Amino acid sequence: MSKYQRVAYYPGCALEGTGHAYNSSTKAVGKALGLELDEVKDWNCCGAMEVKNVDPKVQTYLSSRVMSIAANEMKASVVMAPCNGCYHNLKKAEYDLANDAASRETVDRISKKAGHETYQAGSLETIHALDWIKEGIGEEELKRRLKNSLKGLKVANYYGCMYTRPRHIFPEKDQGQGSESTSQPHFMDDLLAAAGAENVDFPLKTACCGGAHTLSDSDISTRLVLNILEAAEAAGADVIATECPTCHSGLEMHQVRAEKVLGRKTTVKMLYFTQLLGVALGIGPRKLGIHENVSDGMEALNKVL
Amino acid sequence: MRAELLARAEAILEAWVQARGEAPTREAVETFRLLALHRQGARGVPSFNACRETCREIAYHYNLLATRQDEKTQRMMEMLVRHLELFVRGKMEVEGLGDFCCASRPVRQQSGLEERTDG
Repeated sequence: MSKYQRVAYYPGCALEGTGHAYNSSTKAVGKALGLELDEVKDWNCCGAMEVKNVDPKVQTYLSSRVMSIAANEMKASVVMAPCNGCYHNLKKAEYDLANDAASRETVDRISKKAGHETYQAGSLETIHALDWIKEGIGEEELKRRLKNSLKGLKVANYYGCMYTRPRHIFPEKDQGQGSESTSQPHFMDDLLAAAGAENVDFPLKTACCGGAHTLSDSDISTRLVLNILEAAEAAGADVIATECPTCHSGLEMHQVRAEKVLGRKTTVKMLYFTQLLGVALGIGPRKLGIHENVSDGMEALNKVL
Repeated sequence: MRAELLARAEAILEAWVQARGEAPTREAVETFRLLALHRQGARGVPSFNACRETCREIAYHYNLLATRQDEKTQRMMEMLVRHLELFVRGKMEVEGLGDFCCASRPVRQQSGLEERTDG
């Protein structure tokens, strides 16, 4: 049995809001594949961007509390976070706690004040939903369980920037054959190819979507997103597959804004990779939350359903 | 055309380096000055690494265009250069650069709001 067969699950705030469909499709796909999730009890925000900006060590603490509950209270050895921001922050906290005495001191002090056990670096492995499915099931087993094929669907796989950067907080990546690459990530490509999709050559797969600029400079975000959308269309994609709720909602909302503000219309659709895998596994679109997406994913999926 | 696009990408990073008060490097990394400029521009600014792969893709497309002169590859290279320009423009407009893309840490440091965990 794979060590990823049953993991602690940290959905994070976005998956209870704009990324709700990512949450439901992740759970549905896990269930169909026989993978189990134990949601972290009483989890809190990972610190996201906001807390990090005010005080990075408080963000390290917030992420460490989630890991403490998973490791110390739930006795889990692996925690899975499908959101790039949460995944990134848990990884960053792990790195800081392993390498920075000041972070350890701050986390220990706040943990004691909060009345829970301090998280010790190395107690838990943090993985992304892509690792969970790729390593927990693998392409061959996935193929065996398919009910539909995504054959004929052209997909641009978009990973965003927090899944692979900064490189030093992801020591398990870039370890040769079979491991994920920080410069040319391929786990999503591999899974969707196994489900029959045709992955297009998409050079902006790790480019910044401008999510960070959304409030401070919306126009830059809109232009960055528009460039990603137009590049995906130029590559021949019907769909952009996403694996981050922030990127996903950014692509969807700025697609609408680009048309309104810049008069530039794009028609490529955005779907979470879990929604695409769910379709291939024969799960109904409603269970996968496809109706919750802003862009009409069914229009593209009609090619394969 | 590929040389023009590469030169444009280098000019974008030169502007970034100069805005930070440094002289743009003349050196090359893996034979590309663009990659050396990116390395220089990211020194001390981890968030600038968000455009590292964009620069590498520009170099890759430059090499691709040396072997095949097709319209699609050229269009992709143009979009990559445009993406780099938009990203750097955004970084320069929003001068609150920090740990990652949206961090406004330096702005807060200036206003005395930074590092409150010691209290």
